[in-house]
Amino acid sequence: MKFINNNNFYNILFFLGLFVAIYIINYFVGTVVFERIVTMLFIYIILTVGLQIFMGNSGILSFAHIGFMCIGAYSSGLLSIPVKMKGFVLRDLYPVLQNVSLDPIISILIGGIFTAFVAAILTLPLMRLKDAAAVITSFALLMVIHSIVVGWSAVTNGPRTFFGIPKATTLEIAIIFAFFAVTFAFIYKDSRFGLLLRATRDNDIAAESIGANIIYLRWFAIIASAFLAGIAGGLWGHFITSFSPKSFYLKETFLVISMLVIGGSFTVTGAIAGALLVYISFEILRWIEKVIKFSDYITIEFIGLTEVILAITMIIFLITKPKGLFAFHEIGDTIRKILVKKKD
Amino acid sequence: MLLQFIVDVLSLGSLYALFALGLVLVYGILKLVNFAYGELVLVFGYSMFLLNASPFPWFFMALVAILMSIFFSIATDYIAFRPVREKSVTAVLITSFAFATLLQNAALLLISARPKNVPMPSFLSDSVQFLSVITPVRNLISIAVTFICLIIFYQFMKRTHIGLAMRAAATNFNMARMLGIPANLVITTAFAISGLLAGIGGTLWMSKLGMVFPGIGLEPLLIAFIATVIGGMRSVQGAVLGGFILAFVDMSFNYLLPQDILKFRDAFTFTFVILILLIRPEGLIKGPATGIRT
Repeated sequence: MKFINNNNFYNILFFLGLFVAIYIINYFVGTVVFERIVTMLFIYIILTVGLQIFMGNSGILSFAHIGFMCIGAYSSGLLSIPVKMKGFVLRDLYPVLQNVSLDPIISILIGGIFTAFVAAILTLPLMRLKDAAAVITSFALLMVIHSIVVGWSAVTNGPRTFFGIPKATTLEIAIIFAFFAVTFAFIYKDSRFGLLLRATRDNDIAAESIGANIIYLRWFAIIASAFLAGIAGGLWGHFITSFSPKSFYLKETFLVISMLVIGGSFTVTGAIAGALLVYISFEILRWIEKVIKFSDYITIEFIGLTEVILAITMIIFLITKPKGLFAFHEIGDTIRKILVKKKD
Repeated sequence: MLLQFIVDVLSLGSLYALFALGLVLVYGILKLVNFAYGELVLVFGYSMFLLNASPFPWFFMALVAILMSIFFSIATDYIAFRPVREKSVTAVLITSFAFATLLQNAALLLISARPKNVPMPSFLSDSVQFLSVITPVRNLISIAVTFICLIIFYQFMKRTHIGLAMRAAATNFNMARMLGIPANLVITTAFAISGLLAGIGGTLWMSKLGMVFPGIGLEPLLIAFIATVIGGMRSVQGAVLGGFILAFVDMSFNYLLPQDILKFRDAFTFTFVILILLIRPEGLIKGPATGIRT
């Protein structure tokens, strides 16, 4: 293969190994709770890696990612809710959609493509902006998507819960999609488009002067990123099975952005490491909160304890390591160095 | 009808302008959005709630609460901005948001998730009538307070040494530093004034709502944010103008749009923000010609 150079071969192999290892651990642990946590972890990996494709390579902070996830979750859910349920969930649904009920996996894929399509239309005019203007427009885009989802009751059930989605996301499906996302991100990063986009990130004027078309490079990256966000949304929707617009708002946006920044936004390894680290510590803290709640010795409730500790850790972490865990080097670089040394 | 509309726009706009002014002060110097800005209103509200039991008169309580929001504004600088400011832009956005989450959840953890009452003097909600306009006293007070604040602020920026230093820092931060302006002092002052404005704005905001809850900071933050983008991210006059324009747009929507389109109001407002950034990225009033962040 022309695209897979040496480093990427090690990168992809490493993460294939890691994913399989997690799958095997889950097989031996065998509890429902653990499987739920691991499945969610892989959905977050898809989400963060998707964000890395745009944010890491173009250097532009994007707030709209969770908005795209929202579009993916609602559109795929809309396609896969069984016909009998539709009357309950959405009373004023348009007749065209009333009798549609597709296989969940197909509707997740269609949801991803639809999200990419929407992103393509919405973001093309925004791609020429940079710095603060680019950040603020993406923030405004998130607000617009949120407001439309809350307001468009006929399709989304408004601010109320959107339910009745069949549960279809299993751990295997999440792992396969996550592996696809990771492979794509690595190959994209070292492809012609990825290299050119990274050049525009480091110095936009110099890159443009050697012929890089900034607008189309960024546009391609955000479409790919939105596609993965849509897929992650679909998987999430078919895992949780009922949700409301509140699930796709500022809190989640910052959770995903902090996963990426803590891991290191310039590398795919960083995106995955950030998702792993933040999500696992989040679950552990949640667990502690629950243990305290149900213990007989302490009677005070600790709502919000998880967020407080997570916020403090995040601030301390970013003060000591502002560029993230994996600032410049992918894990494959390190592995190859070790292996090459051994050969000598 | 028209006069009523004007009074409504002016009173809402003066509040929006205060919030926007506080946000643009820090943005103008650091070129960074302070996501913890809205939480200063939360700090103000909960300070008032906690002081409610004390025997002091209301004005004293409000004064202490405003001092608290100034204190937390300076704390934002020391905790979220100063350590990461020069290393990474995205890191600052996240630390400031993390600080906001910290304050929100601390309120949740230590006080309650349920809304709490904030003491307000009763005369604020009395209505007055003049020339066919009926409006609560607090609307007139918020117009008056805002204009007094703006005049004091203007004089402060024009007449004092530190005001001059702040304007210099907002124009070209690096050059100002090289000429011997102490950067940290200027930034801390900006945060302190930002906290003061958020506290005063918070007083007026609370007199409207009458209660405080952990999610209260979001709306003031969004208002300040949109108003600054519309008016101009770099100029103080722009932020004030933006506040009034936003109030005008919001009020016109309220008066004109039918109920089932009104729920899309935010979508319209934010589309407007995107369009402004596309057509006129500088906002309506251009600030000093510099965009280099330190």
